[in-house]
Amino acid sequence: MHCGKYIKSQTVKLCIVVLHIDGIRSPLASRCYSHAKVETDEEFDARWVTYFSKPDIDAWELKKGMNTLIGYDLVPEAKILDSALRACRRLNDLASAIRILEAVKDKSGPHKDIYPYLIQELQPTLIELGISTPEDLGMDKL
Amino acid sequence: MLHLTTGRVGCLLSKQAVVALTSSGARMSSHGHHEVSDSVDMSQPMYWDRLDTPLPDRPWKDVLDSTDKSLKQKEKGPWTALSKEEKIALYRLKFNHTYPEMKRPSHEWKTVIGGMFIFFGITGLVVFWQGHYVYPPQPHTFGEEWQAKQIQRMLDMRINPIEGFSAQWDYKNKQWK
Repeated sequence: MHCGKYIKSQTVKLCIVVLHIDGIRSPLASRCYSHAKVETDEEFDARWVTYFSKPDIDAWELKKGMNTLIGYDLVPEAKILDSALRACRRLNDLASAIRILEAVKDKSGPHKDIYPYLIQELQPTLIELGISTPEDLGMDKL
Repeated sequence: MLHLTTGRVGCLLSKQAVVALTSSGARMSSHGHHEVSDSVDMSQPMYWDRLDTPLPDRPWKDVLDSTDKSLKQKEKGPWTALSKEEKIALYRLKFNHTYPEMKRPSHEWKTVIGGMFIFFGITGLVVFWQGHYVYPPQPHTFGEEWQAKQIQRMLDMRINPIEGFSAQWDYKNKQWK
């Protein structure tokens, strides 16, 4: 969606909103009357990967980051989750790693295919770090 | 008591946010802060199970005994060395309910519907009693005979002859249209 395209006519400047659905994913939050720079999906992902990649991240920062991330209206990409799981490893916190997987599954809501896809993408990391999924531990049942 | 009240209020506000109060009445958690008072110390970090807050401010079990502590030590090493039971134990140390447990359905709706019907029933009894003991007798103008005479009078007066009452009466054949 392209917004704010100015056309100088003889008498009046018009701001024409061109609704154009292209192959590129539209940015997260896009308002047609604001000229602030909109963060792309890639920038968003990169920002969060960097956040969790901090070598000396502390427990509070992990908590804050995860709670904020889960608060957004999206399911985090595999690379962000990978970074978060590695942060859990640095903090020697297996329980939080499993909790993150549970949270992400819940975040997917009715879209049941997101979580298996994410687990598939994260499989190398899960095996490397020795993180069991909630399903492995039988914790996905009541 | 405090548990239930706040739990219910929590349920009213948001179905998924139930603050697990960590007073000394809590069954499974153990923490040595307050044994005597029943109220929660809000100046300390609190634990809660919320779907939208995966990592609460403090772990579920604060006070660790020696087995827990040794498990925590083992957690510092490679996690591949941990058995499934140990991983589950570590999870349960840090968290109270799993996500499926948080989302478990409650039977509260039965209480609500049941309560509704009870109140309907009581109201029904009150209405019936009132109809029997409180209301005065019906005016005589409600009787069958009077009503018939009233309708005949209305037709004779040609009440609403175009679109309304008398318009529905077939005067020729003396019946309703």
